[in-house]
Formats: sequence, structure tokens, C-alpha cells
Amino acid sequence: MSSTPNAHQVRFWRDPAKRALIFQLILLALVAWCIWIIVDNTLNNLSTRGITTGFGFLNDTSGFAIAQSLIPYSETDTYGRTFVVGLLNTLLVSFFGIIFATILGFILGVARLSPNWLIAKFASAYVEVFRNIPLLLQMFFWYFAVLRTLPGPRDSLNINDTLFLNVRGLYLPEPIPGAGFHFIWLALTVAIAVSVWLVRFNHRRQQATGQRFPAYWLSLLLIAGLPLLVFFALGRPLEWNYPELRGFNFRGGMAVIPEFLALWLSLSIYTAAFIAEIVRSGIQAVSHGQTEAAHALGIKDSLTLRLVVIPQAMRVIIPPLTSQYLNLTKNSSLATAIGYPDLVSVFAGTTLNQTGQAIEVIAITMLVYLTISLSVSWFMNWFNARMALVER
Amino acid sequence: MFKDTLTPAREAPLASTGLVGWLRANLFSGPVNSLVTLAGLYILYLLLVPVIDWALLKADWSGADRTACTSGGACWVFVANRLQQFTYGFYPSSELWRINLTFVLFVGQLAWLAWPNAPAKSWVAPFVVLVFPFIAFMLLYGGYFGLSIVSTHQWGGLTLTLILAVVGIVAALPFGTILALGRRSHMPIVRSLSVVFIEFWRGVPLITVLFMSSVMLPLFVPEELTLDKLVRAMIGIIFFQSAYMAEVVRGGLQAIPKGQYEAAEALGLNYWKMMGLIVLPQAMKMMIPGIVNTFIALFKDTSLVLIIGLFDLLAIVQAGLSDPNWLGYSTEGYVFAGLVFWVFCFGMSKYSQHLEHKLYTGHKKR
Repeated sequence: MSSTPNAHQVRFWRDPAKRALIFQLILLALVAWCIWIIVDNTLNNLSTRGITTGFGFLNDTSGFAIAQSLIPYSETDTYGRTFVVGLLNTLLVSFFGIIFATILGFILGVARLSPNWLIAKFASAYVEVFRNIPLLLQMFFWYFAVLRTLPGPRDSLNINDTLFLNVRGLYLPEPIPGAGFHFIWLALTVAIAVSVWLVRFNHRRQQATGQRFPAYWLSLLLIAGLPLLVFFALGRPLEWNYPELRGFNFRGGMAVIPEFLALWLSLSIYTAAFIAEIVRSGIQAVSHGQTEAAHALGIKDSLTLRLVVIPQAMRVIIPPLTSQYLNLTKNSSLATAIGYPDLVSVFAGTTLNQTGQAIEVIAITMLVYLTISLSVSWFMNWFNARMALVER
Repeated sequence: MFKDTLTPAREAPLASTGLVGWLRANLFSGPVNSLVTLAGLYILYLLLVPVIDWALLKADWSGADRTACTSGGACWVFVANRLQQFTYGFYPSSELWRINLTFVLFVGQLAWLAWPNAPAKSWVAPFVVLVFPFIAFMLLYGGYFGLSIVSTHQWGGLTLTLILAVVGIVAALPFGTILALGRRSHMPIVRSLSVVFIEFWRGVPLITVLFMSSVMLPLFVPEELTLDKLVRAMIGIIFFQSAYMAEVVRGGLQAIPKGQYEAAEALGLNYWKMMGLIVLPQAMKMMIPGIVNTFIALFKDTSLVLIIGLFDLLAIVQAGLSDPNWLGYSTEGYVFAGLVFWVFCFGMSKYSQHLEHKLYTGHKKR
């Protein structure tokens, strides 16, 4: 090498740093150009079609009714309020779906590892059947083939004169809290607070003295017992409003619309299949040596499970579990296919059709889901950072 | 007193071998387990007997209309009568050979690729991805070589489901690879653009993407350009799917040990050679199960296109159910559609597990 080129003589396209900079600038320019073309086209198209842009439509009167609403809503309310109603309905079905899917999924996941061959095969058949059939198909099945073929109100399926199931939905007794019912909530709050303190105190005491008492059982007793005690002490301040058949329909009680039932069932049953797989792999990820080591230390079976296996399995289970919860929430948007009034159905469906404000409506809808997704994934990153194994 | 031969080994006790042993170990290992088994068998009996009775024993299989369904069980006549529609949509009967030919060609190529030790695989693979889509389009849409044009609103049924899923996955693969490379790039602008793109599409439900592509996309393009409904749905699906594919590819890239990157750099390979010759071929092998899983998810998700008015398998079954001549046979329709979806998805997931097992050559910590 007679002439080693120094930094000044390197051609700029041979210098990785400069090359990267130029490449990125070109890319940025391309992206900006694409966005500009899209915006330009859109503005042209909107002006030729005579559509005005802006969010003013949110204050206009909607003029359509919604079958299920958590907040007071009528046809004279604004599109802004339909948005809130839809969002709340989405959150409602997601919340109940997550609870049922979790319970079912954990039971099935543990069942797949059962030493009983029949139970294990049953659980794996469930998983293989329900996760390989499209959710929308399952939803249609529950809605059109099961719930819509139920008898009319007069011939409802009647369970003990309290539950009625018919083509118009499920009718349940409605609890009506009497005077002083808020004391029961207060008792529950106190019981939970004391339980948290109890568990922490037990932990500290064990660290200091090595002794422990059954804090979990005690706190369970407390949480169940204290509100019950207050309930009876106050003379049972709770009445039930039973549904009754009057004429052609039921009056009183709580009505659950069939769309909600179909959506809730299909979302939970579908997601439970995925959760079962997550739970199974989480438990299997804890090596058997951990259990053996715990037994060698003389820890009894129930404590081994609670203190050794489950905490380590949860570390594997929770991240994919959260993304399943997120999937369930996003999948609840399929509601629009069976007419459950969720966000997509009432806002991106009816509101969009009535106002024609496609861009604004779709943007708001996407933003809502994006916000939910991103906040959950931020939480997940925080959780992972906290739970990550700190190795020596 | 002394024995100089070993006592021959005794047979294992009867109760621990064979069927009896298996039953005792797996079904009746204790009182609780036995009770659970008996209860399980009873529930199984309660479930299976009516289902088999309905679906097979009491079912009606052939006939011309609903009057053929008299025995009280499942009315498979409905499905049998509409089988052609469920499979091919509204494609003209005289042109069905075009769909069949496309399907046979496609499956033939896949079989060639899946066959171990088949010759010339390195020529078939690019042919499937680069040339075959054009051949398939010419065959299905027509307009060339004297084939009559069959417009896309006549496409439907299982054919449309397969077209959407295959096009989605094949187109998403290159986009996803580029996005994944971008996300792992050291250039900040490239990385942030990729992250924003991926997280955006992964954060929204497919329905809103389909809504967007059906109502917003026409506003984005110049007015003279009218996009076909099917094309719009495909564009939405491809964007959506590339984001998911990018995460699969990223997983594959992350599984490659750093030493491989460093060795490639030490050999003086530039970025594209390092990726194309060293990293991606190894990563691709690890990604195959992930790609198949994404494909299964997409295959199930194609059923959502019914919401924007395309007639995939589920939509066409749903449309058939509202035919006044066949009211009341929704269970049969859904069971048939479910069975078709299930056979495809279950088969693919078994194949992916088989591949995962076969391709495992160590990198993963065990």
C-alpha cells in the first residue's frame, strides 16, 4: 500500500456515515412526496364531491337508536355521544370476554397437562377445533344458528322463573341496592386494604423470623366475610327485580341482547383456545428440576406450585397473554357483522354512512384502537423490564 | 447351594403392561382420576351420540330441493346442491376449468417445493413468486389468448378465499422482509419509519383496515383511477399482513447469533451480501413455521371481507342461507364452512410443526 487514503480523500459514497445520511434523506423525501400526493388527491376528490372536512359533524344530531347503551342515549343525541356509546360497548364486551376467556383458557391449559388421558385429549381437541375455525364463522354460528333460532318470549327457556332465554336475549333479575348498600362497598374496600397489608406483613414477618401464617386463606375469608357480615347486619338491603312476561315481551329485570351473547361467547371460546396453549407452554417452560429442587428442600406440594412453579410460569405466560387480550379487544370489532353496537358498528358504520365523513370517522376509530394497543404494549414493556430475570 | 446362572427375568405384571396397564396408568390411576374418567366418558357419550345421529345416521345426502330432507337429521342436500357455488363463486360454469387448472398448477409447484430432494428447486421457487402470479391472473381474469374476461365480482367462494390468502402472504413476504431489515437498521430515520409503519398496522383491527381500503382508498388516488373492490381489499390486506410478516422476519433475524453477522463483516461482505448470503438464508429456515402460522391467521381473517361485500367462502354460505328455498339450514351451512376452514388450517399447522421439527439444527438454546 503505497498511498493510504486519509479521511479527506475517501469518496463520499464510500463513507458509510455519509452514505447512510444521503440514503435517509432520499427516503424521507420520497415518503414526504407520497404523503403530499395522497393529501393533494384527497383534497381534490373531496372538493369535486362536495364533502366538507372537519370534526363539526360530531355536534350534529345522530337521529338513530342504539340497541344497547351504558349511558343515557336517545335519537336526539349527537354523533359525539354515539362515539362514546360505541366505545363503551366495545370495552364492555372486551372486559367480559377477557374474564371468561381467561378462566376457560387456564382450566383448559392445565387440563392439557393432566395425567388423565381423556381429560388431556379433550382439552387438546377443544384447542385444535376452536383455534382453526375463523372467529367470524363461530360468531355467525352462535348468532344465527343458535341464538336466533331460540323460541319467542312466550315459550322462553325458563330456568327457575328467574332466568329467561329467548330469541330477544337473556333476561336476568336485576339487583336493586337498598338503603345503606354503600356500606357493603365500604366493607369490601376495607377488607381488600387489610388483606393487602396482611399479606405484606406476613412476608415481612417471614423474612424476619422465618414463621408464616396462612395469610392468603385469611384474606380470602376477610374479603368474602366482611361484606357478608355487614350485609346481614344491615338487614339484607338488596332486592331483586325479576323479569316478568307482560304481553309479548318481558318487563323488568336486566336484558342482555343476543348480539352481546353471541359476541361474548364466540370471542371467549375462540380466545380461550389460544390462552390454553399459552398456559400450557408456560407451565412446561418451568423445568422439572425446579419442582424436584423444591421437594428436596422439603417444601410441600401446594407451596411448590404457588411459590416455585407459578411465579416462574407467569413470567412466560403474561406477555403473550396480554397480546391475546389485545387481540380479543381488536376482534370485538367483528361485532359489526352481527349488529352488536360496538365502536366500529355505530361509528365507522352508521355514523359514517349518514355523514359521509369517511376520513375523520375512520381516523378516529383507528386512533382509538391504536391508543389501546400502544398503551397496553407500553405497559407490557414496563412489566417485562420489571419482571425480567436479573442474572448475576 | 450355589447358582451359576441368573434367574430368568420374570414377565412384567399383567396389570402394568398392555391395554390394562395403559388404562391403569392413564385413566384409572386413583379414585379421583377414575371418577373423572367416568364422568368424562359420560359427557362424551351425551355429546357425541346426538351429534353423530344428526350429522351422519339421520342425515339426508342427495336430492333436488328441501323436500328431500325428511329424516329429521342434517340436510346435507343444501350443501350438495350449492357445492359448485361454495367452491367457485359465481364463476361461469363453462370456464371452471381455468380455476381448476390454476389450482392444479399451484399445488403441483408447492408439492415440488415440499418434496425432499426434488430437482431444480432453486428455479421453481422464484418461478412461483415472480412468474406464476401473472399466469394465474391471465387464467383467472382472462382477456389473453382468447380467454373471455371474468370480472372480479364473479369471483367467490373457496377460490376467492384462497386467492386472497395466497396473494396476501406472497406479497407480504418481500414487504415484511424490507420492513424487518429497516426496523433492525442503524439508520435512525429508516428505523423510526419502519417502527411507525409496523406498529400502526399491528395496532388496528383488520376490519378498520378493510373499511379504510374500501372507503378511503378511492379518495387517495386520482379520480380517473377507479380501483376494483377486490384490488382495494387486497391492498389493505397486504399492508396489514406485511406488518405481521415483518415481526416474523425480525424474530428470525434475532435468532441468528451475532457471530454470523460479525463473521460476514470480517469477510468484507457489504450489507446486502451479508443479509442475502449469510443471514437471511439461515433466518428464512427459522421463519418458515412463523410464516405458516401467519398464513393460517390470514386464511381465517380473509372471512372478514364479507363485511365490505366480497363473497368469500363464509360470505357465500351466508348468502345461501338467506335463500327463501333453504331457510332453516344454517347449522349445516356453518358446519360445512367450518369443516373446510378447519381442514385447511389444521393441515397447515400440522405441516408447520413437522417443519419446525425437521428444520431444527440448533441455534436455539435448549
